[in-house]
Amino acid sequence: MTDMAVSRPPFDRAALYRWLFLLLVAGFVAVPLIATLLGGFKSLGDLRTNPFGLPREWEWSNYGDILLSKRYWQMLWNSFVISSLTTIITLIVAAMAAFVFAHLRFFGSRMLLNYFTMGLLFPAATAILPLFIKVRDLGLLDTYFGVVLPQVAFALAMSILLFRRFFRDLPHELLEAALVDGCSYPRFFRFVTLPLSTPILATVGTITFVHSWNSYLLPLVMLNSDAMYPWPLGIMVYQGEYTADWHLILAFITLTILPTFLLFVLAQKHIVAGLTVGAVKG
Amino acid sequence: MSTTALGRAAASGKLTAVVLFLPPALLLFTLFVILPVGEAAWYSGFNWNGFGRPTNWIGFTNYEYVFEARAFGLALRNNILIIVISLGIQLPLALTLAILLAEKFRGAVALRMLFFLPYVLAEVATGLIFSFVYDGDYGLLAGVWRLFGAEPPHLLASTQTSMLAILIVVIWKYFGFHMMLFIAALQGQDQHLVEAARIDGASRWQVLRHITIPLLYPTIRLSVFFAVVGSLQLFDLVMPLTRGGPADSSQTMVSFLYSHGVTRMRIGYGSAIGVILFVICVTFAVTYKRWFMRDD
Repeated sequence: MTDMAVSRPPFDRAALYRWLFLLLVAGFVAVPLIATLLGGFKSLGDLRTNPFGLPREWEWSNYGDILLSKRYWQMLWNSFVISSLTTIITLIVAAMAAFVFAHLRFFGSRMLLNYFTMGLLFPAATAILPLFIKVRDLGLLDTYFGVVLPQVAFALAMSILLFRRFFRDLPHELLEAALVDGCSYPRFFRFVTLPLSTPILATVGTITFVHSWNSYLLPLVMLNSDAMYPWPLGIMVYQGEYTADWHLILAFITLTILPTFLLFVLAQKHIVAGLTVGAVKG
Repeated sequence: MSTTALGRAAASGKLTAVVLFLPPALLLFTLFVILPVGEAAWYSGFNWNGFGRPTNWIGFTNYEYVFEARAFGLALRNNILIIVISLGIQLPLALTLAILLAEKFRGAVALRMLFFLPYVLAEVATGLIFSFVYDGDYGLLAGVWRLFGAEPPHLLASTQTSMLAILIVVIWKYFGFHMMLFIAALQGQDQHLVEAARIDGASRWQVLRHITIPLLYPTIRLSVFFAVVGSLQLFDLVMPLTRGGPADSSQTMVSFLYSHGVTRMRIGYGSAIGVILFVICVTFAVTYKRWFMRDD
């Protein structure tokens, strides 16, 4: 009754406040990113006197030189190899283990599953020194696999739980019918479970790839030659070399986060679902 | 053959599946996750630089050194500070934004994506971007200060402000993740309750206070869990900003482990830090799950 008449004008003011608040937060998030992108186009002097505005003179060579340099492509390649290997191995190894936990009961299966869940309780950093000794003793220091294998191992707990939940929710009649028809478990896994599991493969794959692509501590400890460095290490080396040449560093940062940014824009639905829903269900 | 249980299992490939599918995961997990934790406990009893085998057993001396180190106290304080800020500022911010952006209006989706973007960017890149923002000569902050004719501060170079600077980056980087958790939960909520309450004359605020937020409690508990676990392992962000300095003022547990254990190759000492961090993480995770997340 009076409700409409009374609440109408204040509601509009609320909407105004809401937009102001949202714009404020948007500015907080976006300004550093835009300034980084634009800063890469400036000269050092321009950057100093004019950190926020458009470049007075667009210095395309800042970006051009980096794009033409070998080190930029080398470190992206290293990151790509490490992340791809980590993702592929994690998907295969975790899916196989999860399949067993989802469909087969045997003595100790419950205990083994709990054993894997322990991996969720602590980060890799807690055991980084023994991990270093282990990788060194295996002769894997300064190799891709010295980074990949520990990353896979630490991704297993979460991945197995996500896969297991998904596999258990697949229609049970499928497995029973297949077994009656003489299909074996391994064949069932290969020809029925996996083809039906694209959504969860995409989710786990996204989580693993993004984490590996961005990871810093493990490569930092396991790799010691520039030629092997993935981009988070390479960019730190670059910053160390060009300490005060912020215009170059900003161009370099922009170019290194470009792949992540493009992937995010192209596959935002999968990435958001993977990183949030994945986290919730784990 | 087909009459025995083992035979039937073999025919359906049950045994093959177990014997073939489980060992790779088991081997990798044991070798690179479980064994290193055990070895950390073992190594932490030695004074060892990593060459040869550990022989110089010193008992709990490494732990004494860790607890006496000024940097450890600072690291612990900073980790607690990060948790407090995460829960006291970041979580309410994320919740407010989620409630605003869960509604459908033009631009809502774009804003959600913008706010989530920092979470996807690597910590190292984020740290470098903000070391530019904070730079006293070329940075954005310096630009603002100069606008008012003031001498720009060097936030990262002062023991007083280095941690404050990092805390702001932590919020910038992670609030979007928590916001997305809340939005996902809000969109899963049954709208009938809200509609019924509105028909019964409840105000928007009352609906929020008595229906929407209580329904979010499980997600809030989850978000708190992630915030604490994330704070405990914060490292990548600290390195490009301050490397834990100046004078250890912005050290976190992991950066302390790195700068005092790894870079100096003090395996025993670093392992002791690792074990302490391990105990903190596991104690927290187990108690929290038992007390607050029993229904999951």
